[in-house]
Amino acid sequence: MNITREDVEKVATLARLHVTESEKAAFAKQLSEILAHVEQLSRYDTSGVEPTATVMGQVNVFRDDVVRPSLPTEKALANAPEREGDGFCVPKIIEER
Amino acid sequence: MSIHKLSLCELQKKFSAGEVSAAEIVRAYALRIGQVEPKVKAFVTQVKDAASAQAEALDRHLKGWRKTKPLTGMPLAIKDNLCTEGVATTCSSRMLQHFVPPYDATVVARLREQDYILLGKTNLDEFAMGSSTENSAFGPSRNPWDLHRVPGGSSGGSAAAVAADECVAALGSDTGGSIRQPAAFCGVVGLKPTYGRVSRYGLVAFASSLDQIGPITKDVRDAAFLLNAIAGHDPMDSTSADRPVPDYMKALAKKDLKKVRVGVPREFFAEGLDPDVAHAVTAAIEELKQLGAEIKEIQLPRTDAAVAVYYVLATAEASSNLARFDGVKFGLRAKETKDLLDLYMKTRQEGFGPEVKRRIMLGTYVLSAGYYDAYYGKAQAVRTLVCQDFAAAFKEVDVIVTPATPTPAFKLGEKSEDPLQMYLSDIFTISVNLAGLPAIALPCGVSRGGLPIGMQLIGRAFEEETILRAAHAYEQATQWHLRKPVIR
Repeated sequence: MNITREDVEKVATLARLHVTESEKAAFAKQLSEILAHVEQLSRYDTSGVEPTATVMGQVNVFRDDVVRPSLPTEKALANAPEREGDGFCVPKIIEER
Repeated sequence: MSIHKLSLCELQKKFSAGEVSAAEIVRAYALRIGQVEPKVKAFVTQVKDAASAQAEALDRHLKGWRKTKPLTGMPLAIKDNLCTEGVATTCSSRMLQHFVPPYDATVVARLREQDYILLGKTNLDEFAMGSSTENSAFGPSRNPWDLHRVPGGSSGGSAAAVAADECVAALGSDTGGSIRQPAAFCGVVGLKPTYGRVSRYGLVAFASSLDQIGPITKDVRDAAFLLNAIAGHDPMDSTSADRPVPDYMKALAKKDLKKVRVGVPREFFAEGLDPDVAHAVTAAIEELKQLGAEIKEIQLPRTDAAVAVYYVLATAEASSNLARFDGVKFGLRAKETKDLLDLYMKTRQEGFGPEVKRRIMLGTYVLSAGYYDAYYGKAQAVRTLVCQDFAAAFKEVDVIVTPATPTPAFKLGEKSEDPLQMYLSDIFTISVNLAGLPAIALPCGVSRGGLPIGMQLIGRAFEEETILRAAHAYEQATQWHLRKPVIR
């Protein structure tokens, strides 16, 4: 699989990752090489083989719905890059008309 | 004998007998760390003052009443991707450089309940992505046996700290070999327990279907001792197994390997294996036979697919797990951004290093529309085949023995420009994570260049006792674990 700079740009946007011009070139080359290695998987016949997502075989794990102590507000906000009152502060999301 | 040279079990015995105080232990390690840490660079964060204060409080409390818990007063190091309340947990990333967790990981809480002493947080490849610690945002750790070589990774700081006697034992995490490969490179013991055996609550997630926490120690007995402390079900991690935990120390009672069938997979002894490693592991297999094991040749035919499967699944899971680092609630936030999307993209650009970005990109690509079936779906199906190989082999044998790594420790910079070559250095450990099995790496020889060589023993799911027994019998017969590096 040959990954182009345009592919890199598209994937970077999906990943919410700003990439520089030099990173675009490097990633295009490196991802192409890694995916070429990955393509050897096509040698294995997997028709009728169930995919493995986890080895535990668990489906859902339930617990009783009881009230327990949770992280106090001050502790939860202690690592906030920016706070306002009891909340996390972020740039404005909704545009003004 | 100097305190820092003792094993965990030896030190524990002396401490519980009152022959040494906690303050003496911490002083001895502070001295040792002061001597060798400038060369080894195993730690991201040291907590000297807190350790001293804690030791003195312990000594006061224990005066005249010496009923200690197994890890009371034991000086440990913790990989810096495990949350420690009040102590920075950086994942060796700029993203989390100033992050101080508001809670303990469950494994850390369990050590704390036993009054262990935290000496510091150890270096890793950023977010545990790498095989050399060269991907740390704070610079690489060094191999105590040769400071020009890597300690392995990603738990390279933990392995180097144990090998250099900078702590009595350490915790690491293993997603594709990150406990076993650095243990092999540094000549110490590293145990990856069965998937589900140890709670991952508070471990910064990399690839959730593969990650597991385990001990890195000076010998096999210590690994069993430390596993006893951390194993078991945790309601906070729904993937932790709700099944009884045996006393792993009891597994060490049998000194021979009679009635143990040991499988040797021919695929692990193919081209590319360093001749010194091949020689050492072949001799180790002969030793297992002398101890009474029945040696059988087995096949794991899908072994060569493991690296490709891993780098699809692990990166896919990582791209999802690392989406949480967005500059909103904790961690780095980029300055001067024009809107929320810009804040996400610039924060992630500034916070992540090259390897983490590469894996996020690869993971996002294989999950993206149009490629999902071809890459992610295919890799999940081949994962099933890899699991089937192990299941078939474990009908014939009880333990599988392999080299832990294809070569001894490589030089700093040797593979850092070539991601694929770096990935292939994990070829012997990765399939074990795909199948969720327990495996232990332990020293089994030395290269002509004087570097440690490690072998790997793999067991059935939840049969840690079998591999601990085999590893311990081998260790007692050969004593490779007693070799120590001269740090210069």
